[in-house]
Amino acid sequence: MDISYYLIQALNGIQYGFLLFLVASGLTLIFGIMGIINLAHGSFFMIGAYLCWWLTSLTGNLFLGILAGIPLAVALGLLIERFGIVHLYTRDHLYQVLFTYGLILIFGEMRSILWGNEVQSVQIPEILSAAIPLTDVQSYPVYRLFISLVCMALAAMLYLVVQRTRLGMTIRAGASNREMVQALGLDIAKLFAIVFALGAALAAFAGMVAAPVQSVFPGMGDEILIVSLVVVVVGGVGSIKGAFLGAMLIGLADTFGAVFLPHGAGTVIYTVMAIVLLWRPQGLFGRT
Amino acid sequence: MSGFILETQNLSRHFGALMAVDDVTLSFERGLVHAVLGPNGAGKTTLINLLSGEILPSSGSIRFKDYDITSLPANEVSHLGIGRSFQKTNIFPNFTCFENCRLAAQSRMKGVFHFFKPALSYKRINELAEKGLEMCGLTKRRDTLAQAMSYGEQRQLEIGMMLATEPELLLLDEPLAGMGAEESLKVIELLRKLAKEHTLILIEHDMDAVFAVADRLAVMVNGRLLETGTVAEVRASKAVQEAYLGSDEEGH
Amino acid sequence: MYVLSRPALVLLLMMAIGLGFYPLVGDSYYIRLLTKIMVLGLFAMSLDLLIGFTGLISLGHAAFFGVASYAVAWYIVKAGVTSLLLILPTAIGASAACALVIGWLSIRTAGIYFIMITLAFAQMLHAFFKDQKYWGGTDGFNFYDKPQLVFGDTVLLDLSNRLTLYYFTFAILVSAFVFLIVLLRSPFGRAIQGVKVNEGRMRAMGYNIRHLKLISFIIAGSLAGVAGFLEATRTAYVNPELMSWHMSGNVMIMVILGGMGTLYGPLLGALALTLLGDNISSMWDHWLLIMGAFVIAVVMFLPEGIAGLIEKTANRFKRKPPPKEETEP
Repeated sequence: MDISYYLIQALNGIQYGFLLFLVASGLTLIFGIMGIINLAHGSFFMIGAYLCWWLTSLTGNLFLGILAGIPLAVALGLLIERFGIVHLYTRDHLYQVLFTYGLILIFGEMRSILWGNEVQSVQIPEILSAAIPLTDVQSYPVYRLFISLVCMALAAMLYLVVQRTRLGMTIRAGASNREMVQALGLDIAKLFAIVFALGAALAAFAGMVAAPVQSVFPGMGDEILIVSLVVVVVGGVGSIKGAFLGAMLIGLADTFGAVFLPHGAGTVIYTVMAIVLLWRPQGLFGRT
Repeated sequence: MSGFILETQNLSRHFGALMAVDDVTLSFERGLVHAVLGPNGAGKTTLINLLSGEILPSSGSIRFKDYDITSLPANEVSHLGIGRSFQKTNIFPNFTCFENCRLAAQSRMKGVFHFFKPALSYKRINELAEKGLEMCGLTKRRDTLAQAMSYGEQRQLEIGMMLATEPELLLLDEPLAGMGAEESLKVIELLRKLAKEHTLILIEHDMDAVFAVADRLAVMVNGRLLETGTVAEVRASKAVQEAYLGSDEEGH
Repeated sequence: MYVLSRPALVLLLMMAIGLGFYPLVGDSYYIRLLTKIMVLGLFAMSLDLLIGFTGLISLGHAAFFGVASYAVAWYIVKAGVTSLLLILPTAIGASAACALVIGWLSIRTAGIYFIMITLAFAQMLHAFFKDQKYWGGTDGFNFYDKPQLVFGDTVLLDLSNRLTLYYFTFAILVSAFVFLIVLLRSPFGRAIQGVKVNEGRMRAMGYNIRHLKLISFIIAGSLAGVAGFLEATRTAYVNPELMSWHMSGNVMIMVILGGMGTLYGPLLGALALTLLGDNISSMWDHWLLIMGAFVIAVVMFLPEGIAGLIEKTANRFKRKPPPKEETEP
């Protein structure tokens, strides 16, 4: 194993980190601003992947599939917020956990009814199917690079929106002090709907771009949910910056864990989490 | 015994850029009633929270008798003999008055591994609880759920719970807050009674009450200590008069 | 403060008598199903100690259930030991040790962090057992022998006998229930209930909150371990799914459906959910859709669970008679 092998692993880790960030940022914002623990967040990732597979096979083009999928994901997010999550704002976390757990079961079965339980795969479009040669035998697929770049652009956009716009200001105010948003006379119902739909869309989008590199399978939502929760715990609840660093840390830890500890790979990210907890129980960027 | 029971040395606590308590050096004499005065936001409650271990100071130190309690958590401070009551009623609403006090008294049991004997079979704890109820005047409400009582009674219970832990020094955060005139008199009477056996430090807005019970006053403004002394001394202080006149719009 | 209400007591006695005599008349299918329900009921009851009495919302309770199951499998498959006297204490000890470590780390946090961290640590164990070939990987273990209590040459208890297992489970369930009632009346029990209601005030009164929570967490984990022991013994099969978060989710549903903070509620929850699953899963492939809707309905319309409903109804009956007596004479 030479340096290019580790380079490939590092790039894979970063790419995974970016995907995690898209899912975890929504999760952390939905908690920070709305006070909701949304276990069904991983389902949006799974639904995104299946939407992508379905729409790509209908349209014959990945980009068209994604383009058509995004509004559907936003609509689904709005729908779930309006008819489900809205009942949870004043409820204890315990009931939020159960309610959103119920949603997972429903999403899972809806998927089963609509799209079946088979493992599916999505073709990488021709234009991105090349690989960049690194050595004689090793190369890096362009599509993975594409994922990283798109996610990076999205992360930058999210950062700009949160830091520079009026909506972002409201979001930040809401994340640090929910009462303040109300006190400022801002429309909290609208803000919550936007945040939830945005989070759902980000997670679904992550599922869509990930579909061609990982197989599309029923349990993918659970998998990403748990890892995203670890990211949120590591980064600190409510912090976008924390979600980003946490996602990169966990993405890299998971990838290199599989390289160095092939038989204990599954436990590496949790060990990272335990270490962070010992050091900073509120997460890297969490408030005390 | 005489001398100082509690002393702070350059005590400070900031929240971000806000200096809630700023370089406060104060000594509290054993056996006296001390009152801390000041307009809203002067840092009085933060001071109490620092003294009781609820929050940690940013700098400075606190001494209680022979112990340095600067970085002790609230539960350990409580065991040294400092009891506190809260400004916002802080009780167990779905427990009876007796159970509220009993739970307070139970904290004096050694260790946590009491798994099998019924809680009600510990005589000494029950006596402490009953005594707490009696002192705060709620014996007749013994079996009433705390949430079913009037606000004033809940405030009394708050003090009863504190007493059930048998503290030596009492920290009272606005014991009269939100009380009617009649209830206030009751509590002032209670404070006088307590003053015979305890050292009291209280925060209070009601000036008449303060002048009626306090031996020593400390005045805080914007986190800083402005003046300390006997009631007469503080009343005569120019600095205090100016501060109070100056902050009339925002204060009381 | 926990008080076992009179209607609950009557219900419990009826249930106990019913369970005690059922094998005399029932068929073997339902004897097995009832054993399963009692095991899950014990598991749910142990979680109620955390959720309903200490105020700790653990979403990783299956970890302790699963670890104990694997301890049983290890003895039988790897060590060839079937002695109940070795297996049961080890299973409980393993769960308690896990609860100590996970609890110690998780209790440093509160609220939503606690939920996520307990979930994550349970997933960690899940991943560990799934990854390790030694522990059977994804497939887990099937085994044929079951724990036995042997004295000299006589077998006193053979848990491979269906009826013996049924009554053994029943006896453990009753003992655990009595133990928890005693515990909740003790100073420790009162203290954790105080923590649930007002943690800050408990600390100000001198209680070490972390110790109280940790001990409660370990007791609950150990009881879950007892349930895990019974589960592995019952099915003679373990796999990583025993500690998956769906297991943790299901047991939490049982607690809420039955009524948290009542001890007997979770038993009812286990009964209701298992019967529901047993009936609809054979009727429709997509029965989890109904389950999901059911869970949401419970959150919306029955937050206090079946036990809450029972107590409310009983109270209504209790209040009605007096006016009648006044009007009649």
